Amino acid sequence: MPKLKVALLTGRTLRQGQGKEYGKLSERYWKSVAICEIDPDDMKKLGVKENNNVKITTDYGSVIVRAVKSLRGPHPGAVFVPYGPWASVVANPRTHGTGMPSFKGILAEIEPAPSVEKVLGLEELLKQHYMKE
Amino acid sequence: MKNMSVISNVTCPVCGSTCDDIELVIEDNKITKVRNACGLGESKFLGYSVHRQLKPLVRKNGELVKVSLSEAVKKSAEILAGSSYPILYGWSNTSCEATRVGLELAEEVGGVIDNTSTVCHGPSVLSIQDVGYSTCTLGQIRHRADLVIYWGSNPWSAHPRHIERYTNFTVGRFRESTWNRYLSKQSAYRAKQQMQRAAKLVPGAETSFSVSSPAQAENNTHLPPALLRKERKMIAVDVRRTRTADIADYFLQVEPNKDYEVLQALRALIRDGELDVDSVGGVPVETLEDLADVLVGCEFGIIFFGVGLTMSEGKLRNIDAAISLVRDLNERTKFLIMPMRGHYNVTGANVVSTWQTGYPYAVDFSHGYPRYNPGETSVVDILSRGEADAGLVVASDPVAHFPKDAVKNLVKNPLIVIDPEVTATSLMADVAFPSAIAGIEVEGTAYRMDHVPLPLKKVVEPPKGILSDEQVLQRILREVRRLKKRKGAMANG
Repeated sequence: MPKLKVALLTGRTLRQGQGKEYGKLSERYWKSVAICEIDPDDMKKLGVKENNNVKITTDYGSVIVRAVKSLRGPHPGAVFVPYGPWASVVANPRTHGTGMPSFKGILAEIEPAPSVEKVLGLEELLKQHYMKE
Repeated sequence: MKNMSVISNVTCPVCGSTCDDIELVIEDNKITKVRNACGLGESKFLGYSVHRQLKPLVRKNGELVKVSLSEAVKKSAEILAGSSYPILYGWSNTSCEATRVGLELAEEVGGVIDNTSTVCHGPSVLSIQDVGYSTCTLGQIRHRADLVIYWGSNPWSAHPRHIERYTNFTVGRFRESTWNRYLSKQSAYRAKQQMQRAAKLVPGAETSFSVSSPAQAENNTHLPPALLRKERKMIAVDVRRTRTADIADYFLQVEPNKDYEVLQALRALIRDGELDVDSVGGVPVETLEDLADVLVGCEFGIIFFGVGLTMSEGKLRNIDAAISLVRDLNERTKFLIMPMRGHYNVTGANVVSTWQTGYPYAVDFSHGYPRYNPGETSVVDILSRGEADAGLVVASDPVAHFPKDAVKNLVKNPLIVIDPEVTATSLMADVAFPSAIAGIEVEGTAYRMDHVPLPLKKVVEPPKGILSDEQVLQRILREVRRLKKRKGAMANG
C-alpha cells in the first residue's frame, strides 16, 4: 500500500472551535477534529479519496482519521489535523526542557487505513488508549 | 408570557480577543439570540447547556456514580491531602477569582499549579522573561498600526473577530479600514473565475489566463504593490496557506520548523547585511529583501505571533528571534509585538499566578515556597516523568490535548475534574464536579490578550444547586484544611 512521509501540523480551525464549544461528545466535534487535511496531489499519490480513512503513524503512536481534501493547498508533504484527542495520540511529547511538547512539524507517515479499521469515537478512543481501571 | 430581556456589552468567554460588545437576548433564563459574536462565541452561548453535567460524580468500582456535593468534596480533599505531589491544572477558561483560590489550594497541598499557557504561549513567557518585549494594548493597534503581521497565527479560525475589531478591518482614529479593498479584490477574483468557466464552455477556445486565489497570485518572488501603499497592510506568515493568508495582502510561506531561520535572516537584512544563500526556510532571499524594506518602511508595525512559533522546533528561541527582530526594527521605525493568546482568560491565569507567587505558570509549592522552572515544574514534563501522584483539573481538557504519555500518567492517578461540560478529561475522572459557567452563569474578571482586565457578566441563572468553580474550590480548600488540622491534632495528641 502506498505510504507518504509527511510533516504533521496540528492547530485550530473554526469548526474545531465551534465543535468544542458546542460539546466534546457531540458528532459535530467528532466530525470537526477526527480528520486530516491532505494536499490533493498527495491524496492522488496515496490513492485516497475524500472521506476515506487514513492511518497516521509517528514515533509516538498511530491513529485513524478521515481524509479531507485541503482547500488551502498546495502544501505537498504537509498534512493538518485539528487539535483534539485524535491529534494528541500521535503528537511529539518531547518538550526539550521548555514545558511545551511539539505539536507542529512532527515527522509522520500516512497511508490508506485498512478497511477493517474505522475512525474511533471519543469514548472508544479513550478506552483504547487510556483504559481507566 | 415570556420574560424577555436584552443584555448588551457582554464579554465573550471564548478566545483571547475577549470581545466585550456581545448582545444577548434572554428568554425565560435561556439565551435565544446572540449578536455581534463570531462562530465560536455563538456556539458557546447557544450550545452551553446541551452537554452539561449536573451532578457530582465519584468513581466506584470503575463506574462514575452520582453522589452528593459534600461527598465529592470530601473525596477530593482526601485525595489532595493524601498525595505528596499533586498537579493542579487548567485555569484559563475560568475567572481570575477561581484561579486565586486554586493558588491557595496548591500552596496548602504542596502541589504544582500550572495553567494552559504551558502548552500554548509558555515558551513566549520564557522568552519575554529572557529578552523583554515592546508591546501595547489593542486600541493602539486599532488606531495607529499600518502594518500588521500575523506570524504562525490564524486569527480567521482561532480569533475570528481580531481582524475586524483590532486590526485591518476596523476604522481607527488615524487609519482607515481595508475591508472595501478586500471586498473588491475578492470580487475581481470571482469575476476572473467566472470568465474562465465561461471560456471553458466555448468549444475549441483556449484560456489565455489562469486563475489563482488573490493571495496566491501575489505569492511570487516580488511583493505585491499593495505593500508599498501608505494605508493599512496585512502580511500572513505561516507554514501552510490559512484562511487568514487568503485575507492578507501578502502570504509568506515558510517551511515547517524554519521560522527561526527566516526571522534571523530578516534581522540581518534590516541591518543592511547580505546573505550568501539563495533562499532561507524555503523563501527566496530577494523576497526577504523586499519584505525587509516593507518592514523598515512602515510607520507603525506589529507582529502578532501564534503557537505556530511556540510549538515548532526552536520553541522559545523562535520568540527570542521575533522579539529581537522587533527590537532591531525599532532603531528604524516604530514596531511592537504581541502573542495571540488562546483562551479568553489565559492571560488572567498568568497575571493572577504572577501577583500571588511571582511566577506566571508551572509553579511548584512542594518545597513550601513557590519555585518555577519550566521543563522541570511544568505539567507535561512532570507527567511524562511519572512524578505526580494526583491531579486536579479545572476548566480544561488535558486528556484531549496533552500528548499520549502525559495523559496516561494523568489518568492512572486519582483525578479530580471541575468542569461545566462533559469532556474527555471528565470522562476519565475519579471525582467530577459540575460547575456554573464563568461569563454566562457567574460573574468574574478576565484579562484580554493585551492584559486589559474585563468584567465577565452573569446573564442567566445556573442550574439549581450548581456552584461556581471558585465556590467548589473553596469547599475543597476548607475540607483539606480541616483534614490537615485533624491529622496534626492526632499526631500531637
